[in-house]
Amino acid sequence: MNKELKILGIVAAFTLLLYWGVEPFAHSQMHKHVEGHGLVYDGTADIEEASKDKKEVKKKFWSEVKEIAKLKGDATAGEATFAMCAGCHMDGAANMGGVTPPSLDHAGAIYDKNFLIALIKDPAMATNVDHKYPNGDMTHPMGSITTMVSAPQDIANVVAYLKAKKAGEVTPKEAFTEACGRCHANRYGKLTQLGEIPKTKSNIKTNQDIDRMKYDQKVATEQNALAEYLGKLPPDLSIMYRARSEHFLDTFIENPQANLKGTAMPRTGLNHEGFEKVMEYLAETGDPSAPARAMAGPWVLLFFFIFTILAYLWKQSQWRDLH
Amino acid sequence: MAHFEKANSLNEWLDQRIGVNTLKKVMQSEYWIPKNINFLWAMGMVLAATFGILLVSGIFLLMYYQPSTDLAFDSVNYTIMTEVGYGWLWRHVHGVGASLVFLIIYIHMFTGIYYGSYKKGRELIWLSGMLLFVLFSAEAFSGYMLPWGQMSYWAGMVITNLFSGGSLHADGLVEWIRGDYVPAQAYLSRFFMLHVLLLPLAIIGAIVFHFGTLRLPHVNNQEGKEVDFAESARLWKEGTTESRRKSEVIPFSPVFLSKDVFVMGVYFILFFYLVFYHFEFAMDPVNFDPANGLSTPTHIYPEWYFLWSYEVLRPFSTDLGLIAFATAQVIFFTLPFLDRSPNVAPANRRGLFHLWFWAMLADMLVLTFMGKLPPQGIWSTIGLVAAITFFVLWIALPIITKFEKKL
Repeated sequence: MNKELKILGIVAAFTLLLYWGVEPFAHSQMHKHVEGHGLVYDGTADIEEASKDKKEVKKKFWSEVKEIAKLKGDATAGEATFAMCAGCHMDGAANMGGVTPPSLDHAGAIYDKNFLIALIKDPAMATNVDHKYPNGDMTHPMGSITTMVSAPQDIANVVAYLKAKKAGEVTPKEAFTEACGRCHANRYGKLTQLGEIPKTKSNIKTNQDIDRMKYDQKVATEQNALAEYLGKLPPDLSIMYRARSEHFLDTFIENPQANLKGTAMPRTGLNHEGFEKVMEYLAETGDPSAPARAMAGPWVLLFFFIFTILAYLWKQSQWRDLH
Repeated sequence: MAHFEKANSLNEWLDQRIGVNTLKKVMQSEYWIPKNINFLWAMGMVLAATFGILLVSGIFLLMYYQPSTDLAFDSVNYTIMTEVGYGWLWRHVHGVGASLVFLIIYIHMFTGIYYGSYKKGRELIWLSGMLLFVLFSAEAFSGYMLPWGQMSYWAGMVITNLFSGGSLHADGLVEWIRGDYVPAQAYLSRFFMLHVLLLPLAIIGAIVFHFGTLRLPHVNNQEGKEVDFAESARLWKEGTTESRRKSEVIPFSPVFLSKDVFVMGVYFILFFYLVFYHFEFAMDPVNFDPANGLSTPTHIYPEWYFLWSYEVLRPFSTDLGLIAFATAQVIFFTLPFLDRSPNVAPANRRGLFHLWFWAMLADMLVLTFMGKLPPQGIWSTIGLVAAITFFVLWIALPIITKFEKKL
């Protein structure tokens, strides 16, 4: 008996060592460690990773954002200014420069205040994709905002309005659609870049679904425009929850450049609430069995505990008089 | 026409026709197992049970899996995981089982090596066991292709490329294996066939053969002692407590089996703990990205159980690496013939061989660790040293066992 436990100890020790080597240790060596900043957007990471000639510009930009954040915004005045935003950010908006402007219905709830200020001030800078527009010969699709809303007080007012009036209860799916869904499809959630896939019917005699074909064509057109603008079609996020670690998603969403230098993906500026909701949706489509696992797991283990106890009693009865 | 009496029971009826009583004696009640064994002797039945689990879960998955490059990924990740009742359970059981079966195979192999259970009449047990190892490796690799994720695709690309033979440039052979210039539909279909039909059939056949090779030499025991099975069987069959204590053997069923089932119970607790709470170790995240021939993953590495042989391949130049890799795949077959010592005994009583055993185990662990890491800097050097050590150990084996003192 003691000898058997000793052997078991050796086998277990080697198995654990093997596991440690090929899992935690290997992964710690294979992926560079990226420090998260707790979904706070003050430009620290942007300034750190900027090239020498960009450092000063970025420092100035983020210190100005900080100044605007100190102003007291007037939500009522902000509503009037927001009318200019709503010209593009509306239901059924058309693709502009490669991407369709997302809905801002819950912008106040899911995006960080500092990020929103920075975004209105300079979209390319705020989303940390200014490297894509080096000579000014191509502008950010939202670039025109800098000429429409530029006074610090106006920016503060619009953000105050978003935080006051566009901050209702948001579902995980809405958070995903607004923050990610204009570029990323989620086919397991039945979402394309144009939103939810509409219910259509085929002609029963020919089995042809013309409405669906038309919809598919619209999606294809949208995807081509996106790929043209971003360099490639952004990946479908259906099971990104399984394909990347939580830490990667966490730091990637906060600052895509930190994990994937030069990526065309803009920072989305999610705050804690927005991030949690988006992750909840990614888990829903990427790991749908989690609730069922949690329910069945303890019972299956209990079954095998009882099985093992009974097997032990049987073994004892068989081996009792052998030595 | 043979003469048949009227049977008085179902058992008698069957016995007249297929000899069930003889069968029971040969395979159970008079299949003698030495008493002096520990739980490592249960690994064979644990493996048989794990194979059973893989077979059953595989049958359920097969009902929904679509072997098409367009549909395979979503049939696994969406249909089975979302739309099929308990599909997720079968998939996780299959994935965890595929990983654990190799853990147990390695434990089973190293138990055999430690106790010298491959010589003096037991050579065929070892050889058929190694054949099973090769078949399980092929089964694992072909199964890994089926979800058609990034790792399936690129592992398929890398492994089939090995068949070009380096400087031989046998690119025609590679295309013949793939059925295309790159892994595509023809490739997926044939690996699907291999995984669900040909290889499982071969494995079942090899398992039967493996059991067959065991029947006459009998299993080894903890001391490597030569047991007088006839005398011990006589003592057991006498049936008194006294004689059974004196007997050195027990019947396979129910006495040995009762211990096997207990060990299996402990194993199943671990197995299902992993299935419910820690399955991700057996499913590489990279394979949750759909196969994309235009985008190579940053790191390409096989599952953990192939890492040691992958690392034997990697640190050398192409041709040398391929020769080393091919040698490593078959070198374990030669163990009964390279071990020149007549001693059947646990390694701790065999002098230098004791050292050899732990050195080999440690070296394969190091190779496994290095096989996953990117081949850069210090990791490359350690990998190279470990790969050379691997061959040095095999070259040293006949020499140190030749001079081993006879016990």
